[in-house]
This record gives sequence, structure tokens and C-alpha cells, in this order.
Amino acid sequence: MQYLIIIISAIFVNNVVLSQFLGICPFFGVSKKISTAFGMSLAIVLVMGLATLVTYLIQYNVLINTWFGEKIDITFMQTIVFILVIAALVQMVEIILKKINPTLYQALGIFLPLITTNCAVLGAALIVVQKQFGFASNPDGMLNLVESVVYSMSLAVGFGIAIILFAGMREQMELNNVPKSLRGTPIAFITAGLLALAFMGFQGIV
Amino acid sequence: MSKLKIILNGIIKENPTFILVLGMCPTLATTTSAMNGMGMGFATMSVLLCSNIVISLLAPLIPNKVRIPCYIVVIAAFVTLVQLLMQAYIPDLYNTLGIFIPLIVVNCIVLGRAEAFANKHGVVDSALDGIGIGLGFTIALTIIGLVRELLGNLSAFDHKLFEGDGMLLFVLAPGAFIVLGYLMVLFNKIRGTK
Repeated sequence: MQYLIIIISAIFVNNVVLSQFLGICPFFGVSKKISTAFGMSLAIVLVMGLATLVTYLIQYNVLINTWFGEKIDITFMQTIVFILVIAALVQMVEIILKKINPTLYQALGIFLPLITTNCAVLGAALIVVQKQFGFASNPDGMLNLVESVVYSMSLAVGFGIAIILFAGMREQMELNNVPKSLRGTPIAFITAGLLALAFMGFQGIV
Repeated sequence: MSKLKIILNGIIKENPTFILVLGMCPTLATTTSAMNGMGMGFATMSVLLCSNIVISLLAPLIPNKVRIPCYIVVIAAFVTLVQLLMQAYIPDLYNTLGIFIPLIVVNCIVLGRAEAFANKHGVVDSALDGIGIGLGFTIALTIIGLVRELLGNLSAFDHKLFEGDGMLLFVLAPGAFIVLGYLMVLFNKIRGTK
């Protein structure tokens, strides 16, 4: 039940793109066709789950740790460490995928390098170690390892749902006669605004 | 290119928000009021200025193959500096901007300028480019913040201008997309008629 709350809260109520504004660049960049949007969301679910798993372990085993009987807390190094870990991880996933599953690599390959600069990945990694949640099982409101990974993968699924819906709308929009100064990016932003308005309807269900 | 032209280039011709459409996450998320937008703009600008200077100095030393990770380390170091300074001296703004301060690392503008400008130009030109692009970003964020604050709260820079309630929608998430969309239309229209 508790995981269900985490999943629904991450996918719909706190949708990563439409209510937290993370990962806007790929949201507008690769949403022209449903098929590419689908590939991108698969790659993001994979990378975000892995990245959160690794950064969570680093946060609680390296940055906050007891060495030689002395407690250390070097969380101010979070930003540098996390971004390097994520960049290395994406590179590694790319190499491994190329070796063991070339078909999947063909499908996801071009999206993987783009993900390093997707702020949703770093954002989710930072959110799960910084923010306190009402549904966390730890008494201090911090998520434990499994909850963190579930939360960030659900955020990624939320990203997928938003970008696929948006791609569907943009495919339809191609056929419409849009006023000249609204063409291209501006109308995409206004459409996203209306989509965000629709997602606001989920507020309060959890 | 003259020195003044480099600065103006960043503000108008290559405005990061309205023309290049880069760094959208902080643009949409932190512009709930003009003050917040301006704070975010200046934070990004200081990172951009420092990273442009350092990267233009380091560029001849860095092997081509590992340049992107090197740039990211330089940028992340300055982001951490800015983060600690803001936490110490302006804690209110730091708490409002929250997670978007560390996320300057993945702001495409900063890495983009390192890749497109700072590694090919001298120190002075790179610093000026950092100031120009940074100012362009700050101005854009302040304008968006001002419009949203005005429509949503009927206030400007935290001063109440009119009595009554505004349209709350514009302070919330959907308003960010809609305001930015229409400001782009306006920007296109002005540029188009020139």
C-alpha cells in the first residue's frame, strides 16, 4: 500500500516535468514523434533507477561515514560527486548495452549521451537524499533505499507518460494551421501549459 | 568582434532563453516572482563567468577526448562555491531556490558556452561572453518573473501594486509554460518587424 502511494504520488501528483520542472529540455527536444518519445522514456527509467541506487549508496556510505572512529560528513561534495557518478554510469550503461543487447542499444543508443545533461536524473538523485516525505518509513522522513529507487523510477515513468502524451498532441498539431508567430516553440510551450493544467487535477488525491 | 558586441550578442542576438531556448528548467521553476528569477539569474551568471574564465585558461591543457568531463568538474566546483556562499549570506533565497542551485551544473547554457565559446577564445573575451550571456539570462528570468508575479499576485518585486487577489494560476506550474510561450511570441513579433 505504501509503495502504491509512492508510485501514484511520483507519477501523477508530483509529475517530474509538469509540476517540478525537471527534464524540460528532452521534454521539448524529443517529443516530435511518439516512437522517439517512447525510446527516450525507456532509457530514462533505466538510468534514473540505476543512478538513484548508486548515488543513494554513496551518500550514506561514503559522504556520511565513520572512518577510523571519527564521524565525517562531507555532503557539500554532493553536487560534484553525483554528477561525475551519473556521467560515468551513463557511459557504462552504453558500453554494456552495446555488448550484451545490440538491438536495444540501437533503439536507445542515441538517447543515452543526452541523458547525462538531463536534470531529472541529478534532480531525482538529490531529491531523494534531501527532501522529507510523509510516506517514508524512516522516522525522520527520509526514504530508505528501496523507497528511493521506487520513487525515482516512478518519477521517470511520470516523465514517460507526460512526454508520450505531449508527443501525441504535437503530432496532431502538425496538421493544424497555427498562426505564424506562434509556430514552433511558443505553441509547444502553451500546449505544455494546458497539459500541466490537466495534471493539476491530480493534486490532493494522495 | 568588438568587446561591446560580445556582451550585446549574449543579451539580444543569442539570448539564451528566448532565442536559443536553453536552460529551461530553472527558467520555468524559479520565476514565481521577479526577485527569485533575478536571484537565479545572478547565481547562474556568476558560475558562468567563473567557469568561462577558468575553462578558457585550461583549454590548451585538456586533451580533446576528456574535455566534457573536465568542464563538468570545473563547473561543479564553482556551483558548490556559489551554493555555500548563498547558504551563508542569503539563506532565504537559497531555501526558495532549493534544488535548482545544485542543478546549475546540468544547465545546458553553462556547458554550452564552455564548449561553443570559452575553449576557442581568450580570457577577456570569454569573461565578457559570460557576462553577456549571464545578463541575457538574468534579464529574461526577471521579465518572466515580473509578468508572473504581476498577474498572479498583483505585485512587483514583492511590493503590492493593487488591492485584491491575482490569478493564482500564473504563479503555479501551468502559468510558467503559458507566460513563457506568449513572451516568446512577443519576442518573435518584435524581431520579425525589424
